[in-house]
Amino acid sequence: MPLQPVLVEQCARLAAAYPESSAALLPVLHLVQKAEGHLSVAVLEEVASLLGLPPAQVWGVVSFYPAFRTQKTGRLIQVCTTLTCALMGAGEVLSCLRSRLGIEVGKTSADGRFTLEEVRCLASCATAPVMVVDGQLHQSLTSERIDQIVERLD
Amino acid sequence: MPETRLLLAGIDIPDIEHIETYIRGGGYAAFAEILRESTPEEVVEKVADSGLRDRGGRWYLVAERWHQMPKGGILCVEANESEPGTFRDRKLIERDPHQVLEGMLIAAFALGVHEVFVYIRCEMVRGRQLLEEAVEQAYAHGWLGADVLGSGFGLEVSIHPGAGAYIAGEETAILNSLAGHRAEPRAQPPFTWEQGVWGRPALVENIGTLAYLPHILRRGSAAFRALGTERYPGTLVFCLSGHVRRPGLYELALGDVTLRELVYDYGGGPREGHELKAVIPGGGSSPVLRPEQLDVRLSPEDWVVPGGGEFPGAFGTGGVIAMDETTCMVDAALNLLDFYAGESCGKCPPCRQGSPWLRDIVRRIEEGNGREEDLELVYSVAEQVAPLLSEQRATLCDFGQAFAWPLQGFIRAFADEFEAHIREGRCPIETDYSIKVPETVSVRF
Repeated sequence: MPLQPVLVEQCARLAAAYPESSAALLPVLHLVQKAEGHLSVAVLEEVASLLGLPPAQVWGVVSFYPAFRTQKTGRLIQVCTTLTCALMGAGEVLSCLRSRLGIEVGKTSADGRFTLEEVRCLASCATAPVMVVDGQLHQSLTSERIDQIVERLD
Repeated sequence: MPETRLLLAGIDIPDIEHIETYIRGGGYAAFAEILRESTPEEVVEKVADSGLRDRGGRWYLVAERWHQMPKGGILCVEANESEPGTFRDRKLIERDPHQVLEGMLIAAFALGVHEVFVYIRCEMVRGRQLLEEAVEQAYAHGWLGADVLGSGFGLEVSIHPGAGAYIAGEETAILNSLAGHRAEPRAQPPFTWEQGVWGRPALVENIGTLAYLPHILRRGSAAFRALGTERYPGTLVFCLSGHVRRPGLYELALGDVTLRELVYDYGGGPREGHELKAVIPGGGSSPVLRPEQLDVRLSPEDWVVPGGGEFPGAFGTGGVIAMDETTCMVDAALNLLDFYAGESCGKCPPCRQGSPWLRDIVRRIEEGNGREEDLELVYSVAEQVAPLLSEQRATLCDFGQAFAWPLQGFIRAFADEFEAHIREGRCPIETDYSIKVPETVSVRF
């Protein structure tokens, strides 16, 4: 399905804000991913033509950066597991979430609602362990806090 | 000894993110004054006199590069903070966004730059929003735009989201990323001020470095130089995390305290009933130290890297990670190698192949499947990528050191623990993966 005209217009505005329209690729991909949930091949081809770029260049960029995803996911629950968070209990955070959500790390729940992931350092080490849910940072996690956060997801 | 707060002076002021509050506290006064009374060259000289150095981990003299930069180029502000153990830029942006913005305006004026791009980590959702609001407020107040406060100086600031790549902190990689490419570094020369982005000269500066500029101009270069040491003036916002009672941000004049004082006096030392085992002094890529090595001054000049001092360590970026006896050193090394292997851009073979290779061998040691020759093997591979604390490296950019040094550091400091894993065919440490919440955190987060 082609991109909504409103979205196409927003992309064009972004492209016009840079000295060269190709520089808008990262912001455009963020915008489209937010609207579509993920970046399918069809969507990437459309982005490439909007910005006048070869599809291979767009694919190269999408596959390089961790923030972009080409597969459908549920709501993202991302647990930092880099050193300080690991020291402060990221392992227990993951096992709490595994049992609360009934999914393994890297997997999406059977109903497609949630995806549980490990991510690398989020630059919030003093308040470790931390996780990001739907883009929002949750700090100084305890099992009680995790329970509350998961409950509010329902 | 109390902290010396310059950059952190405003972070507990309510509503400091509103431009009126920031201005009431003396904000934008430094920028207004140079607009009225100074030439760009005079501002560059003030920065040169202050001795300000990069705080993004490289410690070069800021003004030396400014002297090279032709007018009319691009300023790219790096806010891609990703080094394990560092979290100051996030806090500076979220708690005092106008301070970092004023720093950018001063730098832009001094460099004759009319376009600033702030490259911010996309994970800093709140920080990006606050910075965008700060930029909007600055436009509404006339601090940004085609003719700033009627001075004839025009300046546009745009916020550009990154996409989760650590390597985009490297200055040529960030410019490639800004242009819409993969964040792959390239060789210099040509330097960025000769060939930057879009065929124009560009300079990349860390956002936390630029935050010093309002203070230097307000208080004067001499007052800034009165803090810190002669070669490394000013303060550093240290990021303390891990197994201490009071993790957080501590802004200290360089050279004022030792690493032991930071961990014990400021951080409160290890948790009740625990013993300190190891300290990473300057972010994940700086080699780990043993508890008996902590009496070194926190000034870069005392360290082999970057200051050419005597202490056999890398000062790094102020990201101090404390680990107690519940931590396995092989597991900690594995954690960092896994981080770096995942962040290699893949351009140079020694990094693309070397970082996952080292990770996989260290993993097998941790899992009890290590072979007798493994320790020598990983050390020699790491040494061929970048020998510990040396300037040599087999890669294009600093990433070679970033993953090869910490592994050599772990083996240098804890060879016995690696050997025990291999000898016993298991991990002999009772690692604690449970959640621990510290008693307090130093500043409001």
